[in-house]
Amino acid sequence: MGNPMKIRAANKDGVTEIKALISHEMETGQRKDAAGAVVPAWFITELTAKLGDKIVLAAEFGPSVSKNPYLAFKFKGGAKGDKVVVSWKDNKGDSRTDEAVIN
Amino acid sequence: MNNQRRNVLKTGSGAALLSVLAAAGIITPGMALADWNKAAFDAKSMADTLKAMGAGAPADSKDVQVTGPDIAENGAVVPVGVATSLPNVTMVAILIEKNPNALAASFTLPEGTEANIQTRVKMGQTSNIYALVKSDGKFFMATKEIKVTLGGCGG
Repeated sequence: MGNPMKIRAANKDGVTEIKALISHEMETGQRKDAAGAVVPAWFITELTAKLGDKIVLAAEFGPSVSKNPYLAFKFKGGAKGDKVVVSWKDNKGDSRTDEAVIN
Repeated sequence: MNNQRRNVLKTGSGAALLSVLAAAGIITPGMALADWNKAAFDAKSMADTLKAMGAGAPADSKDVQVTGPDIAENGAVVPVGVATSLPNVTMVAILIEKNPNALAASFTLPEGTEANIQTRVKMGQTSNIYALVKSDGKFFMATKEIKVTLGGCGG
């Protein structure tokens, strides 16, 4: 389990904008530590955002997404008070799900 | 014993099984959608990545916009955005030509989600960034060069 995500969801004129800041190391597997050993890759591979049961965004990440990934996108629909659920899975099998209420 | 032949047979039947499961509705398209495209993320060059994503040779399009800084002081955090006015966009991807693996991220957009995404990526060095967009089943691409300042002294 990683740290909680920060998710903002705002609806304006029928379009919901989601901004998510995810807490994750996103280690590339390219870096070496002080002893010269390669730091193993550790990054988010999949992320989905849902409004109710409907997927509004499915993302696949590679290791070149920045540490603590930021993601912003918009979709039509959603209303104030609706819940948006964002979940991710990393290459070590860890996962996390957080939700935000649209305002 | 011919091991390779055995392996081929094994993988062959595996794929057949998968399609049978898919046909029977046990594996829904929604689940298949969540499969991480390992081939595309492992591909090193732009051409291999495009091939792994089934994009072939995408056409350059003025209707695809890549946004980002002209000069990034810190290659570890480069804000990049992709937007397009093309209709029926189902997929958006960000590729960085000179990174060890070109593909940074790909997004599947269901109907109703706008083709306008911002995120942050890492860049090892100055490189062209490509935005790949799938619209009406065809692939389009746009590019932007982002210079990475080493040492972060903000040239």
